[in-house]
Amino acid sequence: MTEAPSYLSPSGQEIVFLLLGAVAVGSALLVVTTRQLVHAALWLVVCFGALAGCYLVLTAEFVAWVQVLIYVGAIVVLLLFGIMLTRAPIGRTADLDSPNRPTAAIVAIATAAVLVTVVVDGFRMAYVPLEPGGGSARELGSSIFRNWVLPFEALSVLLLAALIGAIVLSRTDIRGRD
Amino acid sequence: MHVVYPAVVSALLFSIGVYGVLARRNTILVLMSVELMLNAVNLNLVAFDVWLRDRLHGGQVLTLFVIVIAAAEVGLGLAIILALYRNRRTVDLDRLRSLAEPATATLPTSADSSHAGSAPTATTPAALPPDEAASSPGTEPALAPAGPALTSTGSAHTPSRPARTPAEPSIPPRPRPRAGSPDSAEGRRTDAGPGEAP
Repeated sequence: MTEAPSYLSPSGQEIVFLLLGAVAVGSALLVVTTRQLVHAALWLVVCFGALAGCYLVLTAEFVAWVQVLIYVGAIVVLLLFGIMLTRAPIGRTADLDSPNRPTAAIVAIATAAVLVTVVVDGFRMAYVPLEPGGGSARELGSSIFRNWVLPFEALSVLLLAALIGAIVLSRTDIRGRD
Repeated sequence: MHVVYPAVVSALLFSIGVYGVLARRNTILVLMSVELMLNAVNLNLVAFDVWLRDRLHGGQVLTLFVIVIAAAEVGLGLAIILALYRNRRTVDLDRLRSLAEPATATLPTSADSSHAGSAPTATTPAALPPDEAASSPGTEPALAPAGPALTSTGSAHTPSRPARTPAEPSIPPRPRPRAGSPDSAEGRRTDAGPGEAP
């Protein structure tokens, strides 16, 4: 929380972060506006990758790799499987958007305006000099297993319960189709 | 780095996620938009953790937890979507209206066509009288444009409306997928029935 330098002379980190943020926001826009279902999932990969780059710039290395592994590696693959199993049309489909699209756009623009206004107003002076090593696996590992053990264990039980629930929910599907 | 940059990026991502949740019809696309919103939160958590130099690394650890919860949420959500697709043969959110309130959803058409017949026998008295009172004093011209739009999606609901059972509007969407594939649906119905009941 040192004195903030001017916004007109951005550092290299800030330029890289802004470029990655622009990629993330642009691909997120494509996710919610594209007409092809599979392309939405693939643009989601681009968005998550750019966000992982943002985490790397913010010196959160471990979170960045977890983001790549879990989001890009697992969640997007799950979503693609969902697309495949619901027999979604592969090509261009016209009815991906609901008729309340203008209302949704108004709500989203209002949300963005309020959030950006508040955030810019609140954190205009905040500045953080980035130092490497703050988010390495060593730091985070010792933090998790010293201070956050109970949430970690509770979360593992939650994950197990969710996996069992997913299996139970989808097992009748396998039996019913054959 | 200025804290404004990640905060603004995450605010924009969150708004895009809000737009996607509200504007998309496919359930899987809605799940993707929820993921976008979760990622916006993650970016905020990481940025503020780095800014505040948290000694416990609460922000980044919570980011990891959120990622795990998102994985669990996507797994369960896709399982639910697949169960839905199995029963209804659609993942279109606009057609999944069986949990909607039937009194308010199909009131304009039923109030116009069979006003006297359905009003006393409808068994949702808590929901119906204010709507009946609101629609009867001359608001039919305002409600009339919503009628054709509602009958296109809820056409199966309107014939069952004078049948005066409250559970009736939730039943007609189900026989359609079974009628589409009767041979395999009968075997599926017997084992899926107790699972759906709770």
